[in-house]
Amino acid sequence: MPNGSDPVHDFTTQEYKYGFVTEIDADTIPKGLNEDIIRLISQKKNEPEFMLEWRLKAFRHWRTMTEPRWSNVHYPPIDYQDLHYYSAPKSQTNGPKSLDEVDPELRRTFDKLGIPLEEQKLLAGVAVDAVFDSVSVATTFKEKLSELGIIFCSFSEAVQNHPDLVKKYLGTVVPYTDNFFAALNSAVFSDGSFCYVPKGVRCPMELSTYFRINAAKTGQFERTLLIADEGAYVSYLEGCTAPMRDENQLHAAVVELIALEDAQIKYSTVQNWYPGDKDGKGGIFNFVTKRGACRGARSKISWTQVETGSAITWKYPSCLLLGDDSIGEFYSVALTNNFQQADTGTKMIHVGKNTRSTIVSKGISAGRGQNSYRGLVEIHKEAANARNYTQCDSMLIGEKCGAHTFPFIDVRNTSSQVEHEASTSKIGEDQIFYCQQRGLKAEDAVSMIVNGFCKEVFRELPMEFAVEAQRLLEVSLEGSVG
Amino acid sequence: MLIIRNLHAEAEGKKILQGIDLEVKPGEVHAIMGPNGSGKSTLAQVVAGHDTYDITTGEVLYEGKDLLELSPEERAWEGIFMAFQYPVEIPGVRNTYFLKSALNAIRKARGESELDAMDFLDLAKDKMRLLNMEESLMERAVNEGFSGGEKKRNEILQMAVLDPKLAILDETDSGLDIDALKIVANGVNALRGPNRAIVVVTHYQRLLNYIVPDFVHVLVGGRIVKSGGRELALELEKQGYAGIEKAAAESRL
Repeated sequence: MPNGSDPVHDFTTQEYKYGFVTEIDADTIPKGLNEDIIRLISQKKNEPEFMLEWRLKAFRHWRTMTEPRWSNVHYPPIDYQDLHYYSAPKSQTNGPKSLDEVDPELRRTFDKLGIPLEEQKLLAGVAVDAVFDSVSVATTFKEKLSELGIIFCSFSEAVQNHPDLVKKYLGTVVPYTDNFFAALNSAVFSDGSFCYVPKGVRCPMELSTYFRINAAKTGQFERTLLIADEGAYVSYLEGCTAPMRDENQLHAAVVELIALEDAQIKYSTVQNWYPGDKDGKGGIFNFVTKRGACRGARSKISWTQVETGSAITWKYPSCLLLGDDSIGEFYSVALTNNFQQADTGTKMIHVGKNTRSTIVSKGISAGRGQNSYRGLVEIHKEAANARNYTQCDSMLIGEKCGAHTFPFIDVRNTSSQVEHEASTSKIGEDQIFYCQQRGLKAEDAVSMIVNGFCKEVFRELPMEFAVEAQRLLEVSLEGSVG
Repeated sequence: MLIIRNLHAEAEGKKILQGIDLEVKPGEVHAIMGPNGSGKSTLAQVVAGHDTYDITTGEVLYEGKDLLELSPEERAWEGIFMAFQYPVEIPGVRNTYFLKSALNAIRKARGESELDAMDFLDLAKDKMRLLNMEESLMERAVNEGFSGGEKKRNEILQMAVLDPKLAILDETDSGLDIDALKIVANGVNALRGPNRAIVVVTHYQRLLNYIVPDFVHVLVGGRIVKSGGRELALELEKQGYAGIEKAAAESRL
């Protein structure tokens, strides 16, 4: 019967739309990893002694560790001595005084990515700390934020200008001993974002960072540290796209969030890194450690992520609920298409009394994509009346993909309550046919069904980000069912 | 409006329709009856464009066009609607959003202006009164958690809003209690008119007490073995399909 082309096939073979490489003169240090390289990185960044010491300790610890293999992803061994650990656009080594000083080529890249660095962002009320290959090249709104006492800058600047804050909080949520990739990051991280919101201040705009991996064979090691002091509130957006590339690129970021008493942090991510081509070649390896600590009573940390990119995603944004009545949330959409693999989920560690956590995970697998949810809900003995609600839904598109769930629940007291719901569904031909019979095109039907599936997560995203996420999902999935 | 000639269809190598001839004119209501597995639902789905079936021989003309050349959505744009035997659930997609998108997709394809949310809501509420539907159903996800009766009423609501020229009701009566059956039948009857044709596919005579057909066709083994007026349905109720099948078999000898 002539039903036109096969939309599942079209959808799942859609190629990455944001693939390109920017020609920029980069300042790259030799390949390999040893103490000299770490000293060189620290020296290039003009870091104080405590940073170098910390990096070296992390490196020495890393050498004693082995790469974790417990996750449900498969990839060839990574030669850590065959990577560059530092790359900075050369013209940026002294830092631009204004946007006019930013390399025009770089500006064009941002424009191509649709990142409005200037007026658009001003109108949208978003401050951008743009990270291009490890070095911050532009920061806007800093004055406006500093009037409120909010510090929002690159990690390097924070090390120079606010060393006490860095020293006080760095590695307190994710210590360098935490895991293999966190240790590696701690040793060699090049840059990232830093944010401090002082007591009682509500950050008036969404803070936003765009990451981009560019120079070939450069591991990207971002470090983000975000602190909301007592009663403070901040909403932080992180979004990224990457250029098309043949070689796998390692990315091992660390994000640490700290919420003190009555503070709230909302951290939203839309991730669209190069997933590899439709044969599974290339693509980013994304091994990320993201963790937030609700240190104070009634504090709240909320993670929302939409993961559509990367060849491999290994990522568990987690909440450490230490303060009484603190709240942790995790809302996730993870999409794998072609040969993408994702092993993602969260950890909710309940220590304080009356702590609450919510987990809503939506996994979508298409093509030959493999999608795993891995979650841990741990309720300590002293966490009386703790509550967790977990909802874990998987959607399959096509015949060759897979969805897996690995929930771990560990409850050590009797007053707590844990709920776990899970479902697996398949975008059925019947659903598509039903929509088509009502006049909708197959492709529109697929995106309607997928968006419906992800709705609970999308509504947690800031408005403009939700629209972007929806579009991203459509692009990543175009033509997936028939 | 709809002309089916010598239609043969099979699925996974299994012959289901084996030479259907049928003509439906505007304003007519046809009932297709038959035992389980006779091919009733297949016929409905083939007309709607489900791609599970291979058409091996025959033709289907709709307003003079070769219907088999059109995709399911193109058929919808041309004014064909099928009420599903098992309406499909679409979690997370609100009923209003779904129906508005469908209506506007059809209007757009026809070169008509799209309805805004307010106009659409007025239209939908109007039709819902016809079907005694609670407005809250519109805010729920498409068919998710609907009772059997709610699903069927929702199908008729969609039909009323999309205003098709040819409506096919596939076992719309199955799973309905008598009250729900009456409501659905009233909804369908309200849509009868000189420009619209309705094909009712059903296993039981019961529905035809409320939606009185102009023609009744009995489908057995993928063929229409007998056609007649309304009285044929009543005859069927007395004799059962076995009697008809026997007579049909004898007539072929």
